[in-house]
Amino acid sequence: MKHLPRPSLWVLVAALVLLPIMLPNNYALDIAVRVALAAVAAIGLNLAMGFAGQVSIGHAAFLAIGAYASGIIGARYSWPPLVGVAAAAACAGVVAWLIAKPVLRLRGHSLTMATLGLGVIVNIALVNEVALTGGPDGMPMPPFEVLGFIFAKVMHWYALSAVLLVVAVLLSLNLFDSPAGRALRGMNGAEVAARVAGVDVGSFKVRAFVASAVFASVAGSLTAYYVGFISPSLASFSQSVELATMVVLGGMASTFGALLGAAVLTVLPQLLGGLHGYESILFGLILMVTMIFLPRGVVPSLALLFKRSR
Amino acid sequence: MLEVTSLSKSFGGVAAVSDVSFSVRRGAVHSVIGPNGAGKTTLFNLITGVYRPSTGRVRLDGRDVAGLAPDALALMGVSRTFQNLQVCMNMSACENVMLGAHQHVRSGVLAGMLGLTRRADTALRTQARTLMDFVGVGEHHAAHATQLSFGVLKRLEIARALASRPRLLFLDEPAAGLNDSETHQMTALIRAIAATGVTVVLVEHDMKMVMSISDEILVLDQGRKLAEGGAREIRANPAVIAAYLGVAQEAA
Repeated sequence: MKHLPRPSLWVLVAALVLLPIMLPNNYALDIAVRVALAAVAAIGLNLAMGFAGQVSIGHAAFLAIGAYASGIIGARYSWPPLVGVAAAAACAGVVAWLIAKPVLRLRGHSLTMATLGLGVIVNIALVNEVALTGGPDGMPMPPFEVLGFIFAKVMHWYALSAVLLVVAVLLSLNLFDSPAGRALRGMNGAEVAARVAGVDVGSFKVRAFVASAVFASVAGSLTAYYVGFISPSLASFSQSVELATMVVLGGMASTFGALLGAAVLTVLPQLLGGLHGYESILFGLILMVTMIFLPRGVVPSLALLFKRSR
Repeated sequence: MLEVTSLSKSFGGVAAVSDVSFSVRRGAVHSVIGPNGAGKTTLFNLITGVYRPSTGRVRLDGRDVAGLAPDALALMGVSRTFQNLQVCMNMSACENVMLGAHQHVRSGVLAGMLGLTRRADTALRTQARTLMDFVGVGEHHAAHATQLSFGVLKRLEIARALASRPRLLFLDEPAAGLNDSETHQMTALIRAIAATGVTVVLVEHDMKMVMSISDEILVLDQGRKLAEGGAREIRANPAVIAAYLGVAQEAA
């Protein structure tokens, strides 16, 4: 091997290894876990929004499907957690496919509207299906146990979520530089040109949406197991907006942008503890300021600046 | 290889193309000319699947392809460029050309995520650079699409279309917006493409280019076919002179 492929990935791995040594306490480590899990969902949403240009403003529904499906499978049927996470992801993928397949025959922002509806429906279902979901009170999660090992300490969770994050980043970077990634980005840049090149645009939009739902579901499942408790607020509209803001802030189609967006939007409310209840205003402001001053998002804008200065 | 029979398209009662029939011979260079608003680009959009024809037939090698989507036509060896550029401005120049080869590579989302396409991608990148060299924009292979000039983007679109290895290539006003020397180079490029065995159909306003490279010319006026024939016949056709060339000569 002449040189390591994907230097950016190795920088990320090094940072993730060094981070727990540098972080002062378990509280900071806890935030790092939350950042990593949020980033997995944001990287997934970026596949639909940033790559394919399909805006989803109900993506928290897939987080909730991941959380509840794995919770119900784990707590009520006592299946092994990893099987539950996989089953939940498959479930989210099927739901995404069922929504996207008919809706994407229509033009324009039909998928965006459909995702908005999905978010509302899932939220209502979680509140009302008391027997299954615990209703508005939510439900506790069983411990996360893999082959007899129980993830009990924050450090265990940090290791798990860091590995998951690296996998998500790798998959996203790989996709970016593959024929499928170019098809997705191409139809976002000039749809008719992509079609002339032989891209079945409808099929690729569906596939990007399904992939993004699976990422969100896995992130939702693990967040649920980590927090130990789930409630319908997981599928709330503000949760969806927060996720979309992460992608827009970091930069459309930028994998590391989604990671940065997740970090900023997860850490910021912790630093501004007094803002309790006003987070959505903050997120709204961030979204507006980004759209006005950095419409490409932070990471692509910086990359362009760096390229010009050389 | 292509046979168009009584093709019509109207937009809200206005007939943009009406009852146009013509055929394209394999290996030849065909041109579609006509005054502004004659329906040339609409005709292109109908044949290449961007619009669905109201009535009429389009046969490619005997198969009815009227109303087929552009991506289905791409699989049958039809590609095109656009008058108003359709370059993916969110990608690099090279990626745009690589996108053109979409149908010839493994394009699964999962395969892409797992990195299974990486080796094929390296070959694709080399091939894209060769095509960029062929159309004369090789020096820009590392550039982002947003950094390129209009003339370069026009050639880049041709490279992207060639990447799909078309048998039938439609060029929508390849010389529009180019200066004299660029037009000269474009003419040479189209000749070179035709020499590789690709059948070329172009819409063009530049008469010098049309007359010098066309084996067959189709003249449209107000959505209807006015004349069809070789360059010499078209130049001598009184109806064409009245409707089109005559006006151009007066203006000059």
